Amino acid sequence: MSAVTLRRLTLGRLNLYLGVFLIGVLVLAALLSFVWLPYDPQAMNFAAQLSAPTAAHPLGTDHFGRDLLARVLLGARSALYVGFTAVGIALTVGSLLGALAGYLGGFIDEVIMRLVDVAYAFPAILMALLLAAVFQPGTLTAMSAIGIATVPIFARIVRASVLTIKEREFVEAGRALGMGSGRILLRHVMPNALGPLIVQASLSLAVAVLAEAALSFLGLGTPPDVPSWGNMLRESQSFMAMSPWPALVPGLAIVWTVLGFSLLGDAMRDLWDPRG
Amino acid sequence: MLGFVVRRFLTALLSVLLASMVVFSALLAVPGDPAAIILGINATPEAREVLSRKLGLDVPPVQRYVQWLGGVARGDFGESINYQRPVGPLIADRLRVSVPLSIGAALLACLIAIPLGIFAAVRKGTVWDPLVTSLSQLGAAVPSFWLGLLFILFFAVERRLLPAGGFTPFGEDPTAWARSLALPVLALALGQAAVMTRMTRAAMLEVLNQDFVRTARAKGVAPRGVVFKHALRNAMVTIITILGLSLSNVFIGSIVIEQVFALPGLGRLALTAIGTRDFPLLQGEILVYAATIVALGFIVDISYGLLDPRIRYS
Repeated sequence: MSAVTLRRLTLGRLNLYLGVFLIGVLVLAALLSFVWLPYDPQAMNFAAQLSAPTAAHPLGTDHFGRDLLARVLLGARSALYVGFTAVGIALTVGSLLGALAGYLGGFIDEVIMRLVDVAYAFPAILMALLLAAVFQPGTLTAMSAIGIATVPIFARIVRASVLTIKEREFVEAGRALGMGSGRILLRHVMPNALGPLIVQASLSLAVAVLAEAALSFLGLGTPPDVPSWGNMLRESQSFMAMSPWPALVPGLAIVWTVLGFSLLGDAMRDLWDPRG
Repeated sequence: MLGFVVRRFLTALLSVLLASMVVFSALLAVPGDPAAIILGINATPEAREVLSRKLGLDVPPVQRYVQWLGGVARGDFGESINYQRPVGPLIADRLRVSVPLSIGAALLACLIAIPLGIFAAVRKGTVWDPLVTSLSQLGAAVPSFWLGLLFILFFAVERRLLPAGGFTPFGEDPTAWARSLALPVLALALGQAAVMTRMTRAAMLEVLNQDFVRTARAKGVAPRGVVFKHALRNAMVTIITILGLSLSNVFIGSIVIEQVFALPGLGRLALTAIGTRDFPLLQGEILVYAATIVALGFIVDISYGLLDPRIRYS
């Protein structure tokens, strides 16, 4: 038993360290791109088209001779921007809806949860297709689509924890002391839902980064002139036979990021809930 | 049981109805005159007038919605502006690509994930479990469309073993059909398999930790019997959910994979419809996607209720 626990614990720890490392490097890279880039990411260099990694271009160049390191660093910025905004919106809206549904119950609960059910029928890509038809496809439509598709999971989590917590004695005590509903939700109910919410936020960030890449690959996300990872992959498609680097570099960046957020989420869940 | 099925069916129907409202009202939100947007700035007022009438823009939205919904219920999705053909047959035609692609990928993913997940759960405490778990965590982080690009690079560009894209109908040449779907199915299945392996492992572990499994072990049931008779049968409930979920996931994932492999499926049709602002076609397509997801959820719930009587009464 103790040997098993120890091994689980060390693997969990390893996952945590790896997750922190991957995300730490990513965030630093995105911040670095604001102050320093090895090259102008849009600068074309026809003397060095589709070059493999060299001393001058550590990750190679694309079909216009643009430096892949500079472009992949800039891509980290779009990925994090879209991911954090989408998940932030979903977290706020979802928690609010879930708290209202769980706390008020009855008819309002029924209405909110039916709406949440409908949102399940529209995964991010489908929602993005719909929004792209209505508005000009771009960063905003991609971000909203991913956000809307992520709302249900947060609503469910918060509703479930509100339902379990609202019957507990300390909530009743709060009510007896004359605390209002809003204050009880904020002071007693939400802190108890915080752990699962943070874990889910990290896992949702992984999904959001994947969705953002897929959407810009389809031309429904970040505008084509901005080097996001999905855009870089779409452009690399026509030149793969000549050089694999423009396809390898952004793909590995996506794997790095998604793995980082999912390891981080899993590791936090294991630390908070050792039964899982 | 019948009450449970009816209740679930009504909920699913309500979801589809609400989804149809979302799809319909989204297009009401198009800024400006849709007919002008579709035809561009050089269109004559007469042409705009004709298209407006064809789209039904001269009747109030609620009436138009009821008409559209009534048509959809009879299988009539209206007419595509770009193709000048009814939307229903256009979609049905593309399903000949998307359905085998999705079902093939979901089945392949299950064939990989369920044995692997059971294996990891049974070998918990050995080096195999963390190995399988870590590999599936890595696999889940790989975007399927990037995997598709890598497959094209290695199997089609470098070795010319399989076609890099395009589609041959089954009726024309079954072998070429299978070859044209092989790489897309594999690319779509692997990432899904990674996610499902982790779910299967978790479901198995939960059952293996229960008292009746310990009792079975204590009374001397062979380890194989415990795993396959006692545990697996109980883990089936979760595994069925996983299968339904994976079908929805690969159906949506196929939109992107079709683009990588230039397959003329539903996803490509949708992207073309966005490019040409073909609203009737897009409306029909998105409703088909959403309704499929709701229907799969319904089937999962029903099989859940069949396998686990406790669920029917809650």
